[in-house]
Amino acid sequence: MASNPMYQFNVYRIGPEIKLGSVDISFTNASLFMVISSLAILIIFNLGAKKKTLIPDKVQLLSELSYSFVAKMISDTAGSKAKPYFSFIFSLFMFVLFCNMFGMIPYAFTVTSHIIVTFVLAAFIFVGVTIIGFMKHGLGYLKLFVPSGVPMVLLPLIVVIEIISYLSRPISLSVRLFANMMAGHTMMKVFGGFVISLGIVGGWLPLSFSVALTGLEILVAFLQAYVFAILTCIYLNDALNLHH
Amino acid sequence: MLKKIVILFFITCFACFNTVFAAESGGMPQLNPEFWISQIFWLIITFGILFIVLTKVILPKISDNLETRKSQILENIEIADRQKEESQKKIDEYEKIIVDSKVKAKNYFNEAREKILDDINKKRTELEKDLDEEIGGVEKELYDLKNKSGEKINKIAAETSAELIKELIGEEVNSSSIAAIVEDQSKLNKERKDV
Repeated sequence: MASNPMYQFNVYRIGPEIKLGSVDISFTNASLFMVISSLAILIIFNLGAKKKTLIPDKVQLLSELSYSFVAKMISDTAGSKAKPYFSFIFSLFMFVLFCNMFGMIPYAFTVTSHIIVTFVLAAFIFVGVTIIGFMKHGLGYLKLFVPSGVPMVLLPLIVVIEIISYLSRPISLSVRLFANMMAGHTMMKVFGGFVISLGIVGGWLPLSFSVALTGLEILVAFLQAYVFAILTCIYLNDALNLHH
Repeated sequence: MLKKIVILFFITCFACFNTVFAAESGGMPQLNPEFWISQIFWLIITFGILFIVLTKVILPKISDNLETRKSQILENIEIADRQKEESQKKIDEYEKIIVDSKVKAKNYFNEAREKILDDINKKRTELEKDLDEEIGGVEKELYDLKNKSGEKINKIAAETSAELIKELIGEEVNSSSIAAIVEDQSKLNKERKDV
């Protein structure tokens, strides 16, 4: 069963079965890696925030660079109005990034390779952004679906397309992350399987692929976290500065 | 070599199909809803804690650090600018002092020279005045002496001649007659001199 490339995505219970009413909320390997990622983030950034030196050390530099990186990303895409949402986007980016990166460790579980996790995140963002939009602009937020400068004839069609594209945001956001992570890890597993099945003679070619894929996957892990965060910023920008 | 690679490629493709078929039979664990609720629950808990701790504790510290650093650097730059300005001011002051002291020294020199010149002039005029006075006095004295000398000579001549006569003759001669004779003689002398 271990040679099955999808086996790595199996979720299994760790420890006893926990039930909340009739709902199973047992601690699983997915939960374990969520906890590990969160703890890692908290430990690293707490170390980076502890000392107050004029010239930062390595951990401090790392955390401060991440801080200014996310701050710049937000101010570039969503402007200064998005500042109150900085900590949420920072947490989101770091959570996704760390989950992706921990997934790169052999035998580790990739939290973000599960559609339910990414969908919950994306749905939360979608609902939150929609609420912010309506709170800021009232019913004027619906103008988002009516782009300016469109001929009257095309308007009904455009509005329908806009609404569909708006409603598909959580799906596209979640599926993008989930599919990227799942595809990458499956591919790596498949090539890893080739190495075993082809043995010492032919295994070198898939092994080199596997090595190259590892580099690519680390890039993808970062890139998808970045894309996830920056799309959140773009959606937030739509809600905050209505200029469609 | 090329043949080997082609064979390898085919073998790889074969193995690939094998594994993919094997995967399909397993299905996607992601779509199995058995642990969905558990995942959502733990996601909310972990992400929630992460978000709260980052927001309340860690991010303010980092932003504080960054702000402190920024303000400190700006402050240092400001201090450096101020010190530069001050040093420039000091240099200007120093140059001004030098120029001023040069002017002052020149003034002192001029003043001293004028004073000395004045002094010299004053003393000279005083001296000249004194000299003039003295010369005048002496001249007057000389003049007086000159004027009086004639009479005195006559008188002395008369006295001496009276005494001479007394010694010679042994008797007293009338002094007025002697004086008259002396006068006559001196007149004669004068006339002879004049001629």
